[in-house]
Amino acid sequence: MSDAHAYPHEPTGVETRKLGFWIFLSTEILFFGTLITTFLIFKGRDFPGIKLTDVYDIPFTSVSSFVLLMSSLTMVLAHNALETDDQEKTRVWLLATAMLGAVFLAGQIYEFTEFYHKGFELSTNIFSSTFYVLTGFHGLHVFIGVVLLLALWGIGQRQKGLSLNDGMNLEFIALYWHFVDIVWIVLFTVVYLI
Amino acid sequence: MTKIIQPKKQRNIFSRPTAEEGVWSWITTVDHKRIGIMYGYAAFFFLLVGGLEALLLRIQLSQPDNNFLSAAEYNAMFTMHGTTMIFLAIMPISAAFFNYLLPLQIGARDVAFPRLNALSFWIFIAGGLFLYSTFLFGTAGAPEGGYLAEEVSRLASAPNGGWFGYQPNAGLKYSPGTAMDYWAIGLQILGIASLVSAFNFITTILNMRTKGMRLMRMPVFTWMTFAVSFLLAFSLPIIAIALFFVTFDRQFGTTFFLTEGGGDPVLWQHLFWLFGHPEVYILILPAFGIVSEVLPTFSRKPLFGYPAIVFAGFGIAFIGFGVWAHHMFASAISPVAQAGFGLSTMIIAVPTGVKIFNWLGTIWGGKLTLNTPMLFALGFIGMFVIGGLSGVTHSVVPADTQQTDTYYIVAHFHYVLFGGALFGIFSGLYFWFPKVWGKMYNETMGKIHFWLMIIGFNLTFGPMHWLGLQGQVRRTWVYAEETNLGFWNLIVTIGAFILAIATLIFMANWMYSRRKGEVAPFDPWDARTIEWSIPSPTPVWNFSKAPEVKSLDDFWHQKYGEDEDGRALKREGADELLAQLEDEGLNPKEEIHLPSPSYFPIIMAFGLPFIGYAVIYKSIPLALIGVILLLIGGFGWGTEPLEEEFESSEEEKPDMEKPQNYE
Repeated sequence: MSDAHAYPHEPTGVETRKLGFWIFLSTEILFFGTLITTFLIFKGRDFPGIKLTDVYDIPFTSVSSFVLLMSSLTMVLAHNALETDDQEKTRVWLLATAMLGAVFLAGQIYEFTEFYHKGFELSTNIFSSTFYVLTGFHGLHVFIGVVLLLALWGIGQRQKGLSLNDGMNLEFIALYWHFVDIVWIVLFTVVYLI
Repeated sequence: MTKIIQPKKQRNIFSRPTAEEGVWSWITTVDHKRIGIMYGYAAFFFLLVGGLEALLLRIQLSQPDNNFLSAAEYNAMFTMHGTTMIFLAIMPISAAFFNYLLPLQIGARDVAFPRLNALSFWIFIAGGLFLYSTFLFGTAGAPEGGYLAEEVSRLASAPNGGWFGYQPNAGLKYSPGTAMDYWAIGLQILGIASLVSAFNFITTILNMRTKGMRLMRMPVFTWMTFAVSFLLAFSLPIIAIALFFVTFDRQFGTTFFLTEGGGDPVLWQHLFWLFGHPEVYILILPAFGIVSEVLPTFSRKPLFGYPAIVFAGFGIAFIGFGVWAHHMFASAISPVAQAGFGLSTMIIAVPTGVKIFNWLGTIWGGKLTLNTPMLFALGFIGMFVIGGLSGVTHSVVPADTQQTDTYYIVAHFHYVLFGGALFGIFSGLYFWFPKVWGKMYNETMGKIHFWLMIIGFNLTFGPMHWLGLQGQVRRTWVYAEETNLGFWNLIVTIGAFILAIATLIFMANWMYSRRKGEVAPFDPWDARTIEWSIPSPTPVWNFSKAPEVKSLDDFWHQKYGEDEDGRALKREGADELLAQLEDEGLNPKEEIHLPSPSYFPIIMAFGLPFIGYAVIYKSIPLALIGVILLLIGGFGWGTEPLEEEFESSEEEKPDMEKPQNYE
C-alpha cells in the first residue's frame, strides 16, 4: 500500500491541486485586467448619449457591495468551521455565503433593469458597452461561485459531512470566492467611484 | 507482481470506464502518451488541410491574371490557411510533444491533472471541428455594393478577414454573414483548450518532478515547455477578451472596434498583437527545445551553455510581451512608441542570438552523426537564422513601413514558422519515433524527405523576399502581366509542390516504418535524458519505479564517465546496465497506480461548440444542449470516484482492517 504512495511528487511543498488553482487565478487577473484597461481607455473619450453618472445609484450599489464583502466573511467562517470539523456550522455558513452571493446577483439584475429603463442600454454608446461586458463578466463569475457553493452544500447534506481532502473542496471554492470579491472592490472603485 | 490498480467501486451513480483497448479506451483515456499521440495525428491532419489550402493559393498565383480561384474563395483560403496552420497545426503538434515527453523527461507517471489534459485535447478537437463546420453552415456575404457580391461557392463560405481579423474589415459591415463569427468563436474555444493545458503543464513541471530532478537539471525541452506554458497562460486571456468584444460587436450591436460608435479599431490591433506576438514564441520555443535535445545527442557533447539557453528562453518569453507594436508600425501609433518598440525588437534578437551561438558551440568539435533528425536540426538553425535576420530588419521603422503587407513579410514569417518551428518539429518526430513506436524509421526515406523539403522550402519562400521588395502585395488575388512578377511566382508554386511531395514521402515513411520498421534497440541514439532509460514503446506506467536523478543529462552520466582529458569514456558495465534497465522497465516490482479513464472530458468539451452555435444563431435550444452537456460533464467529473478511493481492492481486505498508515 505504501508503495503506491512512494512515487514522489510536490517538490514545491504546495499541494498540486492548489498550485494549479493559483495559476488559474493568476490568468483570471489578466482576463479582468484586459477588461478594466479597455474600460479605462474608453472612459476618457467623448461619447454621445446617456452616461453612467446619469443613471447610477451609489448608495444602492454600496449596499450590494457590502453584501458581497460580508459573504467573504461567512466563507471564512465556513472554512474555520470545517477545520474544527463542525459539519453543521460549515453547511450553515456555506449556505449563507451562497445566499449573500445570490442577493448581490439579484441586486445587479435589478440595477441592470433600472439602467435599461432609463435608456442606458448595451449598445447605447461605447461606455455602456464596456460597462455591461465588464460588470457582466464579473457577475458571471459570482454566478458560477454561487452554483459551486450550492453544489458543495448539497454534497455536504447528502454525505453528512465534508472534508478538506475532497477533490473539489471547500478551500478552492473559498479561494475563488475571495478572488471574485477582491475583483469587485477594484471594479466598484474604478467604475462607480472614480 | 505487476498490478495496475483499476477502478472498481463507485461513489455515486457514476463508475469509471474500464475499456483498455478499442475506440472507447482512446475516447476515455487520460494517459498522457495516448493523448499526445492523438494530438499529433489530429494536428497533422490539420497540417495537411492547411497545406492543401496553401497549394490552392499557389495555383492561383502561379501565373498572371489567373482565374483558378475567385477573389472571395482566395480570401477564404488565405484566412483559413493562416488560422489552421497556427491554431490547429503547429500549436497542437507542440502540445503533442509536451504531452508525450514532459512526464517522461521529469520522471513522472502522468501530468498533474490527467482528466484536465483529456479535456484540453477534446476541446481542441471540438474547436477545430467547429471552425471547419463553417464550410458546411457558414455564410460569407458581401458588403453592400462590394465586388464580391456575386460569389457564393462553399469554398468561399469560410472566414475571409485574414488570420488576424483586423477591424473594421472583419466587422459586420464589411464581412457580413456568419463566417467571421465561426472564426471568432472557434478561436475562443481553441483558446480554452490551450489555457487549460497551460495550467496543467506549469503545475506538472513544478510539482511532479521525480527525486533529484531539480529545476536546473531539467532537460531544455522541459524548460521550453515551461516558458511556453507561461506565455499561453498570460497571453490567451487577452485575446479571449478581445474576441468577446468582436462577438459582441457582431452579434449584439456594440461598437468596441467601430469608429462610428466611438470605438477604436486600433485597440483591436493592440489587444490582438499583445497576444499575437507572444504567440509567435509559443510556436517557436518548442522547436528550440527539441533542437536543444537533438544537437547534443548527435554531436556526442553536452549542450553548450545549458543555463544560458534556459535563461535566454525565458528572456525571449519575457521580452516577447514588450514588442507587439512592431506589427503595427503602419498603424496610428506615435513616433515615440515606434522608436520604443523598434528598440525592444532589436533587443529580443540578443537572447535569440545567444541560443544560436550555443547551438553552434554544441556542434563545434563534436562527432556528428548526420541522420535525419540531426539534418532537420541543422536545417532548422540555418533557416531560422535567415528568418531571424529578416525579422531584425523589421525593427527599423522606415524600412518596415515599406515592407508591411508585402511578400517580404510573408517570406519572413514562413522562414521562422516553417523553416524554424516545423523543421524543429520534424526533427523531433524522427528523433522520438523509436521511443513512441518501438520501431526505427527508414533512414533513406527520411533523408530524401529532408533534402526535398529544404530545396522546396527555399524555392517557395526565398523568392518571396524579392517579390515583396518588388512590391507584390500580401494577400493579392491576381497580378497583371506587366508587373513582371510571373516568373518568380511560378518558381514559388513549383517549390510549394515539391514541399507537398516531401510531405507525402514523410507520411509513407511513417506508415511503413510503424508497421514494418526494424525493432528499435533499447537506446537507439545513445541518448542523454531519462526518457531513453525506459523501454520503447513506453510502457503504460512510464517508469516502473520512480527514477532518482543525480545530474543534468542523468542517463548519459549513468553510461559514461570521463578520462583525464575530460573526454567521454564508457563506464564498465554500461551495456549490462541497459539490459538491466530494460528488464526492470518491463517488469515493475511494485504496484502501479495509474489515473483512471473518464467519460466526462469529452462530454464537457462537446458542450462548447453548441454554445458557439447558439450565440451565432441566437438559439435557446442549442444553448440549453450546450449547458446541459457542460453540467453533465461537470457533475459527473466532480462526483466520479477519485483514484485514491479504490486504493485497496477487494482481495486486500486484511489491509483494510489495519489502520491506514499514509506516509
